Amino acid sequence: MASAKRPTPPHEEAPRENAWHEVVLETFKRNDIRLVPYVPDRVLTTLIRNIHADPFFTTFPTAREEEAVGIVSGAWMGGMRGAVLMQTSGFATLANVLASLALPYQIPLIMLVSERGTLGEFNYGQSLVCRTMRPVLDSLAMEHHTATRLDQFEFIVDRSIKQAIATQAPVALILSPLLTGGKVFEK
Amino acid sequence: MSDPMSKPSHSPARNTKVMNRFDLTSKLVAKLKHDEAVIGGIGNTNFDLWAAGHRPQNFYMLGSMGLAFPIALGVALAQPKRRVFALEGDGSLLMQMGCLSTIATLAPKNLCMIVMDNGIYQITGAQPTPAAGVSDIVAIAAGCGIGNSAWAADEEDFERLIDRSLSASGPTLIAARIDDKPGVGTTRRDPVQIRERFMLGLGVRQALG
Repeated sequence: MASAKRPTPPHEEAPRENAWHEVVLETFKRNDIRLVPYVPDRVLTTLIRNIHADPFFTTFPTAREEEAVGIVSGAWMGGMRGAVLMQTSGFATLANVLASLALPYQIPLIMLVSERGTLGEFNYGQSLVCRTMRPVLDSLAMEHHTATRLDQFEFIVDRSIKQAIATQAPVALILSPLLTGGKVFEK
Repeated sequence: MSDPMSKPSHSPARNTKVMNRFDLTSKLVAKLKHDEAVIGGIGNTNFDLWAAGHRPQNFYMLGSMGLAFPIALGVALAQPKRRVFALEGDGSLLMQMGCLSTIATLAPKNLCMIVMDNGIYQITGAQPTPAAGVSDIVAIAAGCGIGNSAWAADEEDFERLIDRSLSASGPTLIAARIDDKPGVGTTRRDPVQIRERFMLGLGVRQALG
């Protein structure tokens, strides 16, 4: 069959263990990450639905990513661990709160950023804003990793959460389309 | 079109007394007997909280304008048995009004939000906010779903609304018209110490040795 010749994206080659979103959910639970505010993204749909369905989590949408960062920062100071889910364009709104809250107050802010703007982007604005993300992270000397492979993903998520908490420093985990499949253009 | 800089900084429509931020903040702090958390928004709002008497349960923001209510919401979710107050300026709230809908949806009963409304960005030179004289913060909050939203008519009413919030079954928002005076004190700009003392005050951390 001709369809068998279609190049298989790496995210589909992985052994049938947990999907990437199942890894996130289980690793959050293992590290007692209970509070998950988010601004949604198409790629995050299944993860968000499953987190909503699991009573372990307190999860809800916020109007802005910055608001979600404030919420998890307050919760951490109150003894509850959290993480924020967003997409690339949402990260682009965060430079001020990273520089004036998370970093100077030494708050272990954990961010999962679904990466748009690369590897098949169809919206030029998304591809431009994506180029601002790593320079902002690097300019603040922030820890960040781009997850591309399922076989490394649990290691990256688990170790990054533990490092953020142990060192009281924020971390951004960028979910590449190589891991998630990304968002593709459909008419 | 008239010059927006010439607009009066207070709405003439409201029959509420113009009060003073430091005075109201002091009245709030005097009522706190159960280690309630207080989040002070950027600028004069937390300067006056600092000047009203330092408490380990106070958190002072040195940036991230507009996040006093979201930070307070996080504390309220993490510690549902502790009452949490947040002090915010009107200009700051304008930066993050969406949080009122989030708070209305989650409806934490231990959260009380206080808006100090002078219609100006006092700290940057007293320029009027875009809302000055036209927007009603209590109507906005009520429209966002914060049912317990009210203007404080005067100091006595402010204290009554604070008392009522302490036994409220949902989040409360209290707005107070204030004058254009700057903050009385200046918060020591040591973010790590502010955060660590706050966590000690909330019982999340134990003091070393």
